[in-house]
Amino acid sequence: MATKIEVKRKPAQKTQEKNEETKTVYIMGKAHKVPAEATIMGAIEYAGYQIKRGAGCREGFCGACATVYRLPGDYKIYTGLACATLVEEGMWLAQLPAIPPQKAVYDINKLEPNVETIQVLYPEVFRCVACNTCTKACPQDLEVMDYIQAAKRGDIEMLMDLSFDCVSCGLCAIRCPAEITQMNVGLLGRRLYGKYLSKETKQLKNRINEIKEHKFDKEFKRLMEMKKDQLKKEYYARDSE
Amino acid sequence: MYPEYMTPSLEKVAQTRNKRYEMAKSGKPVFPPMTADQREEVLNRFHPDYETDSKKKVRIGPNKGEILTTEISDLLEAHSRIKPDLFDLSNPDYETDVLIIGGGGAGCAAAIEAMNNGVKSIISTKLRLGDANSMMSQGGMQAAVSETDSPPRHYLDIVGGGHFDNKPELVRALTEAGPGIVKWLEELGVVWDKMEDGSMYLLHGGGTSRKRMHSARDYTGAIILRTLMDEVKNNPEKVIILEFMPIIELIMDEKGRCAGGVIYNMETEEYFTVKAKATIITTGGYGRLHIRGFDTTNHYGATADGLVMAYRAGAKLLYMDSVQYHPTGAAFPEQIAGYLITEKIRGAGGQPLNIDGELFVFPREPRDVEASALMRECLEHKKGIITPSGRCGVWLDSPLIEIIQGEGYVNKQFPAMHHQFIRYGIDITKEPMLVYPSLHYQNGGIEINEKTETNLPGLYVAGEASGGVHGRNRLMGNSVLDYNVFGRRAGKEAAHYAKSAKLGKLTLQHIQDYENQLKAARIKTDSISPILLPSYTPEDVLKRQLTACYEGTLR
Ligand SMILES: Cc1cc2nc3c(=O)[nH]c(=O)nc-3n(C[C@H](O)[C@H](O)[C@H](O)COP(=O)(O)OP(=O)(O)OC[C@H]3O[C@@H](n4cnc5c(N)ncnc54)[C@H](O)[C@@H]3O)c2cc1C
Ligand code: FES
Repeated sequence: MATKIEVKRKPAQKTQEKNEETKTVYIMGKAHKVPAEATIMGAIEYAGYQIKRGAGCREGFCGACATVYRLPGDYKIYTGLACATLVEEGMWLAQLPAIPPQKAVYDINKLEPNVETIQVLYPEVFRCVACNTCTKACPQDLEVMDYIQAAKRGDIEMLMDLSFDCVSCGLCAIRCPAEITQMNVGLLGRRLYGKYLSKETKQLKNRINEIKEHKFDKEFKRLMEMKKDQLKKEYYARDSE
Repeated sequence: MYPEYMTPSLEKVAQTRNKRYEMAKSGKPVFPPMTADQREEVLNRFHPDYETDSKKKVRIGPNKGEILTTEISDLLEAHSRIKPDLFDLSNPDYETDVLIIGGGGAGCAAAIEAMNNGVKSIISTKLRLGDANSMMSQGGMQAAVSETDSPPRHYLDIVGGGHFDNKPELVRALTEAGPGIVKWLEELGVVWDKMEDGSMYLLHGGGTSRKRMHSARDYTGAIILRTLMDEVKNNPEKVIILEFMPIIELIMDEKGRCAGGVIYNMETEEYFTVKAKATIITTGGYGRLHIRGFDTTNHYGATADGLVMAYRAGAKLLYMDSVQYHPTGAAFPEQIAGYLITEKIRGAGGQPLNIDGELFVFPREPRDVEASALMRECLEHKKGIITPSGRCGVWLDSPLIEIIQGEGYVNKQFPAMHHQFIRYGIDITKEPMLVYPSLHYQNGGIEINEKTETNLPGLYVAGEASGGVHGRNRLMGNSVLDYNVFGRRAGKEAAHYAKSAKLGKLTLQHIQDYENQLKAARIKTDSISPILLPSYTPEDVLKRQLTACYEGTLR
């Protein structure tokens, strides 16, 4: 018995409403009036651009939408993620369609979690002048310079911990006077930590052995052969932790 | 910041919090879980899949006559982007052993196994490598690792959640491989959340009877996928990555075997051909179709391309009548409407509450049931909270988590979520979030067997694009596991197949045949698919683009 349901639909294609509050932004120099509460990404699309480069997850995870902007009367260049930054009046903005990558190629199985690895793969890390520009550029508010300093000391755990939320947008790298690719150093650090430094999980080893020894075969077979009704009964009767 | 008119309701949430904390502490369910009948009733009445016009018969192709989700039927009953006779297939632009279509989790896992099995591959992907749903999973990955748990128990939870429609051999493959995947990923360098003694930090998810959700804070997907991508990029001589170069049709050989695809360079707008001994579709889901007008949690390129090209070539789809709405998408602020609020929030003790600050559903029902219950609270009981833009939502009490799990927990375990909201002046450790279901996951897909084979020789499918693993409703944490298990399998199986495959003459005849079927069925349509990207161009702008020519949604 279906009831008619009113669901809030997505305003997929929005036309500008007469009384809507707007702000003026300059997309690569061209003025556009956009909804006052828009994100930069929303504003670009509202202005009529079909984004190809410059949007990925649209939720602040992938780093595809690195954007630089200036504000009126302010000499600074600001950085942000287009999907997560709100427009401001007079904002002059441009997206960075791609950031030149500098990624070391390595076999993770042949590395050691120490400072020598960093020295070999990312020697430019040691040119860090501790200017903190990377930290200021980070749209995730990470302590980027601190994790680069940790890398310099071979403190892989701190490198992992402080770089954990990195979305690899590359805004740090593009601002860095020492030309470090911080996001890739962080990634290396996390992989080194996960592989070599994280504590061993005993249960995991045991469980994998049990599976290898076919401990669950019988139970699988029983469940797989069960009729739907029976399976249903068993499902609803199962206990929960 | 929440608008002032919501303050009375927020105060009620705070008032009932202590009582609800006591309940949570007691260890008993904080709200009675639904019986089978109750589940059925709420689904019937409130799940969007059960609305009368939500489904439509597809009139052509391998599933002809079957009732599918309306938007899918429409997408399948559309023209190809290309005219087959414009292509010279005797001289392909690229040649490889394995063509992998889609650079998300399943695609990268497949590429790694393909190279481990000694073959070369090309990853064609629509955006950048890793711009994918896999990058966004926050909550975690299920695997039966703890002592109180077992893979068959994981199996039972999955088939119950999937309404017993799952393909048993796929569920067994999934659950049995789970612990091995945890290990494999750790050996590649994934940083799992662990306890002091090295045991895994595990939580519940919706529909789980044991704690088996493995996580990497709330960046689980990003940590896993960046690790897989890094591994792929460390082997440039074995895997070629083509970005902003989606495949838009498959190429077959004269014997009906899949033999590669037609690539579209989205920037230069050129088309190229790829000849491959084996092809793997890992194109993910379809959230950007905005089914039934819903907001979505999905990435920009989730437009069901793989389904369309496989269907035109003759692959069978399974369960394409079932859509997953995630119970908790953001309903406020407007800028992040539809964004995912991970289920782990409820796994950690967060509770959905109505305008009076009262519980109205057990917080961890399977997704479709939970989502329907939220809609019922808003639409029938009228106990939702209306936002300034007219959306309806219910509270998700995150401050309670800090009380249950201890101060600082939210910041440590949900940094992404915390960050997301603090930008808009909402501190989720102090105030709840406002949520409403959001279009999340494609439950069905291209039918596969446990070797990820389809009914077309040489065509493999893995990840969200495939159908059968999750029946008609996926549980949280099983799809990260899915793309790892079946992505790897596809890479291995395709590599083995490619080693002995000898292709015949290449052809795009199936495109012409499909076009003829459209005609024969008297289907009149201007639609073109795959659409590649959604269009968010406002209507008044479209009207002024007098000379623009749109193919699908792209000009
Ligand atoms: C916000 C969010 C949170 C989630 N959280 C969880 C969770 O906690 N636990 C869990 O288990 N699951 C979760 N999921 C689901 C899970 O992440 C996905 O189902 C899974 O990652 C899908 O992996 P995939 O490799 O199949 O697809 P994807 O990762 O989406 O990859 C598909 C790729 O193919 C590309 N592509 C598309 N069309 C084409 C084409 N025509 N040609 C070439 N390339 C193409 C896409 O751009 C993309 O790169 C979540 C999903 C979302 C959206
Ligand atoms: S689009 Fe992914 S971070 Fe902005």
